[in-house]
Amino acid sequence: MEIYGLGIIAACMFVGVFVGSIFAKLLGVSGDVGGVGIAMLLLVLVSNYIKLDEKTQNGIKLISNLYIPIIVAMAATQDVVKALSGGAVAFLAGGVATVASFFLVPLLSRIGKGEKISQGREM
Amino acid sequence: MSFVEIAAGIISKNSLVMSFAIVAITMFVGYRLSGLLGERRFGSALAIVIGLVLALIAGKYTGGSKGIADIKILSGFGVLGGAMFRDYAIISTAFGANIEELKKAGVAGIVSLFVGVIFSFIVGAAFALAFGFKSAVDVTTIGAGAVTFIVGPVTGGALGASSAVVALSIAAGVVKSVLCMIITPLVAPYIGLNNPQSAMVFGGLLGTTSGVAGGLAATDPKLVPYGAMTATFYTGLGCLLAPSVLFMIVRAILGS
Repeated sequence: MEIYGLGIIAACMFVGVFVGSIFAKLLGVSGDVGGVGIAMLLLVLVSNYIKLDEKTQNGIKLISNLYIPIIVAMAATQDVVKALSGGAVAFLAGGVATVASFFLVPLLSRIGKGEKISQGREM
Repeated sequence: MSFVEIAAGIISKNSLVMSFAIVAITMFVGYRLSGLLGERRFGSALAIVIGLVLALIAGKYTGGSKGIADIKILSGFGVLGGAMFRDYAIISTAFGANIEELKKAGVAGIVSLFVGVIFSFIVGAAFALAFGFKSAVDVTTIGAGAVTFIVGPVTGGALGASSAVVALSIAAGVVKSVLCMIITPLVAPYIGLNNPQSAMVFGGLLGTTSGVAGGLAATDPKLVPYGAMTATFYTGLGCLLAPSVLFMIVRAILGS
């Protein structure tokens, strides 16, 4: 059933964020460290090693297809006024850090790169 | 009671459903516009930009900090665009991601996390110094803001920075996140951002979860899980390094 798919994502999310929160506690940081990342790794393991029936997969795909609309909603709830009004320091500090980081992408992408890059993965 | 009041009452009661409708219209407009421009792949990027513009207009109009979610009949946006659904949807994108691709970029991903946090911090701190901030606490807090808009206030709180400086650090982080959403699809072809490995490096370097997620979604949705996976470790690493090691280094350099 489709709802099983939604439940699997939920289970991954809770386990991941729980583990991430324990990491954070151990490190003395508030919030969670990589909780969503851990949850994603769990879902990757599930999708690579457990055979899910088609309807369950459709449940997961439904949420993953809603991802961009959710990001649009997120964009619409950002504090854009603050981003524009923080003054030159905020704009330059955030802006230059962002733009300069882009230039590091090709440099670091070379680390541990195989001979050829495979593409065209099915989502 | 006027028709407008009746309608507003119904919408307020069902504001999450209203947010589905508005987002659907935004997506439609975004894809229509990109179709007119002859660049259909920019549809989601345009929809995201429209979202940001709506947030700007709403922010000016309401004076609030949550974009259009501060308008009562649109408060459902706070749920749909909030951290809960964002994280839930980001996790779902990992479905079908290839384990081999992840392993291939593992080391590069971890290196990019450290480089990304430290590099952004240095840039932010340098601008703080250039603008006349002299205390180690202020410089560290603004530097942390250039990491992400969560690392800034967390660091400022830990170090006891003034609220004005904390606000600046948040602004720096928000600038980063917004710019990242807009620029990523434009520069992606030039920085080789077209495969899972570079997406993981990108996520580790930029790190702002919303910026990376939005930017990659607008570039190529297939890359989202790889970038998002490393990006989710970034803020945690920043919260760890900025108030501790990085602060000590700044203090040692500035001597105050």
